Amino acid sequence: MKETAEPPPALGAALTPRKRRAVTERFFQLLFFTCAAVSVLTTAGIVITLLGETIQFFGEVPVLDFLTGTRWTPLFASQHFGVLPLVNGTIAVALVAISVAVPVGLLTAIFLSEYASVRLRSVVKPILEVLAGIPTVVYGYFALLFVTPILRGVFPQTQIFNVASAGIVMGFMILPMMASISEDALRAVPRDLREGAYALGATRLEVVTRVVVPGALSGVLAAVILSVSRAIGETMIVAIAAGLQPRMGFDLLSSMETMTAYIVQVSLGDTPQDTIEFSTIFAVGTLLFVMTFVMNVLSDFFVRRYREAYE
Amino acid sequence: MIDLRVRERPDLRPTAAAAASNGQTDIVLMARGLSFWYGDTQVLDGIEIDVPGRQVTAIIGPSGCGKSTFLRCFNRMNELVPGTRVEGAVVFGGRQINDRAVDPVEVRRRIGMVFQKPNPFPKSIYDNVAYGPRVNGFRGSMDDIVESSLRRAALWNEVKDDLKKSGLALSGGQQQRLCIARALAVEPDVLLMDEPCSALDPIATTRIEDLIRELCEQLTIVIVTHNMQQAARVSDRTAFFTVTDAGCGILVEHSETQKLFTSPADERTEAYITGRFG
Ligand SMILES: Nc1ncnc2c1ncn2[C@@H]1O[C@H](COP(=O)(O)OP(=O)(O)OP(=O)(O)O)[C@@H](O)[C@H]1O
Ligand SMILES: [Mg+2]
Repeated sequence: MKETAEPPPALGAALTPRKRRAVTERFFQLLFFTCAAVSVLTTAGIVITLLGETIQFFGEVPVLDFLTGTRWTPLFASQHFGVLPLVNGTIAVALVAISVAVPVGLLTAIFLSEYASVRLRSVVKPILEVLAGIPTVVYGYFALLFVTPILRGVFPQTQIFNVASAGIVMGFMILPMMASISEDALRAVPRDLREGAYALGATRLEVVTRVVVPGALSGVLAAVILSVSRAIGETMIVAIAAGLQPRMGFDLLSSMETMTAYIVQVSLGDTPQDTIEFSTIFAVGTLLFVMTFVMNVLSDFFVRRYREAYE
Repeated sequence: MIDLRVRERPDLRPTAAAAASNGQTDIVLMARGLSFWYGDTQVLDGIEIDVPGRQVTAIIGPSGCGKSTFLRCFNRMNELVPGTRVEGAVVFGGRQINDRAVDPVEVRRRIGMVFQKPNPFPKSIYDNVAYGPRVNGFRGSMDDIVESSLRRAALWNEVKDDLKKSGLALSGGQQQRLCIARALAVEPDVLLMDEPCSALDPIATTRIEDLIRELCEQLTIVIVTHNMQQAARVSDRTAFFTVTDAGCGILVEHSETQKLFTSPADERTEAYITGRFG
């Protein structure tokens, strides 16, 4: 200890002068801060605009009517502002998408993390990434021009625009995200635990179903929630393939309008701005924002839980 | 739980005839000309060893000489690592078990393992112990087998009031005893232990060492340890491994513990036990 009390002078001389470093240091600090500030301000700006317009809208339409009404006809002579049909359509499409994406995605993740050889994995992963990189408009036309005709072949009563076709294709769009987040969660389950189970005479299937998947459960749940959130917010596929008819019920072969499709319909249509009809899209947008926000917070909560679990 | 296993399950118990013709009925595990590779790297070369039943055999040797790898050959855990290769034979109860025709699941049920770092499942104490019996299709009183396994692992009195508590909420030493209980619940004939005390404090270590001495009255134990005092304390026989200049693990000497530590036959053993080896 005594020898180190006074460092030899050569060591001190080798240090960089503080001043120059300090200037570059401050420059980058400022740069990073500015970039971070831009995104925060943008978000704040969007939220404020949205809220402002929404508050105006609720000055004319009671919140309760909006949230509980089952008729949505703002563009017709007899106006009704009950948003439930749009919510209904959104949930219907999301449910179809989730029932494709979650099981297929989870099984893909299990395959990649537990069964695939290194080589097979190096083939399957890029294919999934390609799937994730396809523009959603392509998925939309794929649903309309390829999946819908098949559905009509099987169920003749299927409408041209329908929930099932849009939902199924949306499921495949979400699949890569579901698979990749779940795979990360499965891989985060320590090797120790797998070996512990194998050493007790568990088969691979038993290790997967009773150790790996339960161990990764919160991560898998986070993936499910993010997928739901993605399905709720997805716009292009539903605008192209699911139709524009606000409707209650769960007849998946018929056309329904989702919240996102409605926003597209009005913003691209000839509805004059500064009318109550036009400001409906802000109210619907706010509701959509709240829904996806809650989903993302939930999934964040689960992700944090599974990160902590093994540390 | 649907059982998708469609596999031949050969009976591994030695037949009376095989045991009789063997002459040496007390040898439970054998390795014959056992060599092992990780990819192209050979880490074990021509290991020959006889492990007698109901005794504790210790494996000592410098770090990286392949002790863990060797131990994991006995329950075929190495197969889980891609790109590995074994040559030679591992014989359990008169039958070669490192053979395609033998189900590794069955081998692992009969030859249990306790790991260096306690690795209880993130489940309750009860479910940890019941895991093995459940996956092995145990029919009978689960409560009984959980209790008797915890008793055998000298953990029952500490946990009996709260079996629903998470296994992860136990202390390190308790976790390791839980892992031993979990292994015992499958009623294995052999227990492999890879440095089971290296993550534990001296008191917890002593408890596990006492436990090992008790358990060897009922089953065969092979323990890897870095601690020569521990080997001397708990084992009946000791095998000394070392690593050649080529990085390959070999068995130098295997004899009664007392003999190995007091009058080693090989000078490399002597150098190691007297601390003259790096
Ligand atoms: N999964 C693996 N892949 C490649 N090489 C490995 C792997 N596991 C171990 N090895 C190598 O095999 C050799 C033997 O390793 P092993 O773990 O069996 O030694 P050990 O005697 O148990 O060492 P320690 O006393 O440090 O635990 C080492 O050189 C190690 O680097
Ligand atoms: Mg080791």
